Amino acid sequence: MHLPAWRFGKPYESLERDTLVHFLTGEPVAEVSQIGGALVGRDLQKAAQARAALLAIDPETIVERLQTAGNLYANGTVTLGDTKQSPEDFVKQQSATTGLPESLCRANMQKNMFVLSNMDRILDALSRGLDTKILWQGHGVEHRGVTVSYQPQSPVLGLVLPSNSPGVHTLWLPVIALGVGLVMKPGSQEPWTPYRMAAAMVEAGIPAEAISLYPGATDVGAGILAGCRRSMIFGSAKTVDQYRGNPGVQVHGPGFSKIILGDDCVDDWERHLDMMCESVAINSGRGCINASAIYASRHTKAIAEAVAARLGPIDVKPPDDPEAKLAAFTIPGAAKAIWGQIEGGLKDPGVTHATAPYGPRLVEGERCGWLRPTVAHCASPEPAIAKGEYMFPFVSVVECPQERMLDAIGPTLVCSAITHAAGFQDRLMSCTHIDRLNLGPIPTTKLDWLQPHEGNIIDFLYRSRALQLPATASA
Amino acid sequence: MAKVSSSASLSGKPPVFEVAGDDAVKKARAELDAHTVEMMAWHFHPSTGCPFWLEEATKLPFDPLTDVRCFDDLKKFPPFEDEWLRGGPVRRWVPKGLADQPVFVFETGGTTGVPKSRYNSRDFRTDYEQFSATLPEQYFPKGANWLMLGPSGPRRLRLSIEHLAQFRGGICFCVDLDPRWVIKLIQKGWMEHLEAYKQHCIDQAITILEAGHDIRCMFTTPKLLEALALALEKKGTTIGKVGITGIFSGGTEFTPQWTRFAVEELLDGAFMTPTYGNTLMGLAASRPVVPADGYTIAYYAPQPRAVIEVVDFDNPDERVPYGGTGRVRLTTLTKETFIPGFLERDEGERELPYAKYPWDGISGVRPFRKLAATTTVGVY
Repeated sequence: MHLPAWRFGKPYESLERDTLVHFLTGEPVAEVSQIGGALVGRDLQKAAQARAALLAIDPETIVERLQTAGNLYANGTVTLGDTKQSPEDFVKQQSATTGLPESLCRANMQKNMFVLSNMDRILDALSRGLDTKILWQGHGVEHRGVTVSYQPQSPVLGLVLPSNSPGVHTLWLPVIALGVGLVMKPGSQEPWTPYRMAAAMVEAGIPAEAISLYPGATDVGAGILAGCRRSMIFGSAKTVDQYRGNPGVQVHGPGFSKIILGDDCVDDWERHLDMMCESVAINSGRGCINASAIYASRHTKAIAEAVAARLGPIDVKPPDDPEAKLAAFTIPGAAKAIWGQIEGGLKDPGVTHATAPYGPRLVEGERCGWLRPTVAHCASPEPAIAKGEYMFPFVSVVECPQERMLDAIGPTLVCSAITHAAGFQDRLMSCTHIDRLNLGPIPTTKLDWLQPHEGNIIDFLYRSRALQLPATASA
Repeated sequence: MAKVSSSASLSGKPPVFEVAGDDAVKKARAELDAHTVEMMAWHFHPSTGCPFWLEEATKLPFDPLTDVRCFDDLKKFPPFEDEWLRGGPVRRWVPKGLADQPVFVFETGGTTGVPKSRYNSRDFRTDYEQFSATLPEQYFPKGANWLMLGPSGPRRLRLSIEHLAQFRGGICFCVDLDPRWVIKLIQKGWMEHLEAYKQHCIDQAITILEAGHDIRCMFTTPKLLEALALALEKKGTTIGKVGITGIFSGGTEFTPQWTRFAVEELLDGAFMTPTYGNTLMGLAASRPVVPADGYTIAYYAPQPRAVIEVVDFDNPDERVPYGGTGRVRLTTLTKETFIPGFLERDEGERELPYAKYPWDGISGVRPFRKLAATTTVGVY
């Protein structure tokens, strides 16, 4: 199987190819064309054509076609490169190259389909009821009779996509429905979702010239960021720092998501054990929305032990086992290196390894490795491990007085705060380093798709600006 | 992930280039052997050799003057250590027989620490005069003016390209790029500065190209060529339309795919010849790069002045079979410089002798895998 690059819909077979192999057996799964950054730069000079192709179709039709694409993506057989791919092929291929259990691949597929199927509702929520025709025309009159204008900041959105969690693709799915083209660098191990999604969209009638796929090395990512006036990049904390303050780049890095138990509710912590375990371990703990810390002022040892008792026994299973919950680290030596780092942190004063009674955490395979769920108890927020986030089910249960919690937690993508205390709720609402706030026992991983995630994508792609027209023209 | 190459030499298909005949190969080998003996006589004779080699000879368990009778006898020398090239005094490398000649020093590396340096007197001119003979007149017309868009400063490129232009009867216009600063920008993650510096170079190049200098030939690096072509395209013109007919370029990022992309989409009819070279070796020309050969880029050293061997990673005295992958081992054999068996920071595939260059070549040149992770490449 060969996946060519897509240059605004035109397949391009490179002379240079990467071979993706099965993480367990090393058997080839697919070849992926590798292109260079300059090719991207050249194509992007014609990016305006991508938006023009979308604007030639009315926005309601685009949404309908995206809904069809969602169905095709989840249930249909699509053409991918030189091969037909069924949903089952997709699951097996994605699992083979990413190390994700097949059950998790299927779950992420449903997540992506849900977003596409509900695109009309999602757009309505994100745009606060704006008629999407206004985005097509650039201006219009709102239902309250006010002239509004939205100016696109880029004809395409550049995407430097990750390999770790196929669920993140939900973030860019509304882009086409906003009349903006897609320029994607797929993750090197997970080209599957962007390729299948693009194929499903085109088969559903989305113009092929609105979509590009550029597999390649880091210079492709650099080319996309340099050539697109709006880009989204997924990466490490270092990547986040590098692009912080750049208005053209939306960076998605580690989430450092957390659960906070307020003093008024912490005595009932056992009622929330399911919610805590789900937040930590679902999707193999790979997402930025998985909780990496639980904060409470008391009962923390008991909480750590109870979470450890639930998650600690989870063991490695074959990827096609429906009960498999842990993804492999497919880069040789990665699991061992991460475990080495965690082991160091577990030796710090005030830190206890709560999952120690459940056997070794590091499982090494011939070509890959796994890390079994790990729970650390921290007697205070000071130990470095209290701020750790790793790509597997890992959580620190941190003892911290409630009045210090919001200063101690640091940047937090999702915070699920269990408290009824009005004063604490007010402080949570005002806390600017919390992005998504769940007030109540809602798992950090349970996303309401009608809410913006790390900024509203419409605000990122469009600028609301003043437009004054003569009275007759605006009527 | 395993990397696959579409190089014709690995595909098992018959070569699409004219392979050198046995007689030509034997003749070239005999010339190399004779040249080797001649160079030993020069570098190890007390009246002509340089202080470094005359002193080294006293430590050797053999006599280079009598015990080296052919090129393969150079294996008797211990591995050449590149650390020897760092620091002074540079005059320890100047042969007594050339002591009255002007001394140039060209440097390589040097982003941090003491750079490696090579003494030169006339070698760079000789190398580029010989290379000049490989340039097709149709694309590199005699008398044409040149643009040198690339690293100058302590590198030998600026003087060499200028000499090439002058040797062919033209004038060379230059735009400088400091690769040491580029590497620092990359290492610091200052990508906006990197982009701005690149743009600064490209702006200067476009200004010169549009200033009525009738420039038809150019040396540049792949990264700058890309940037120049895209900048010209933004202005509604192309490399071909601004008058460039021949481009001479070099670098390890010269992959078949990159070359294909450049030929199909950047050059607008201009001819490009890839080269592989460095301060130590000189300049290796390539055999014609054609679609039928999968855009394979195969280089041939300027034998007998320099020799490239593709050797086993673990046993550098053993050449890999044709089509096999190995590390680049370089031997320099000029009157100015003798460097035996220097293990380069590159690897590639061993190529069959080509009719025009009847000795081993190398294709798929890329950074040596064991050093690649610590090397910043493709920076200019």
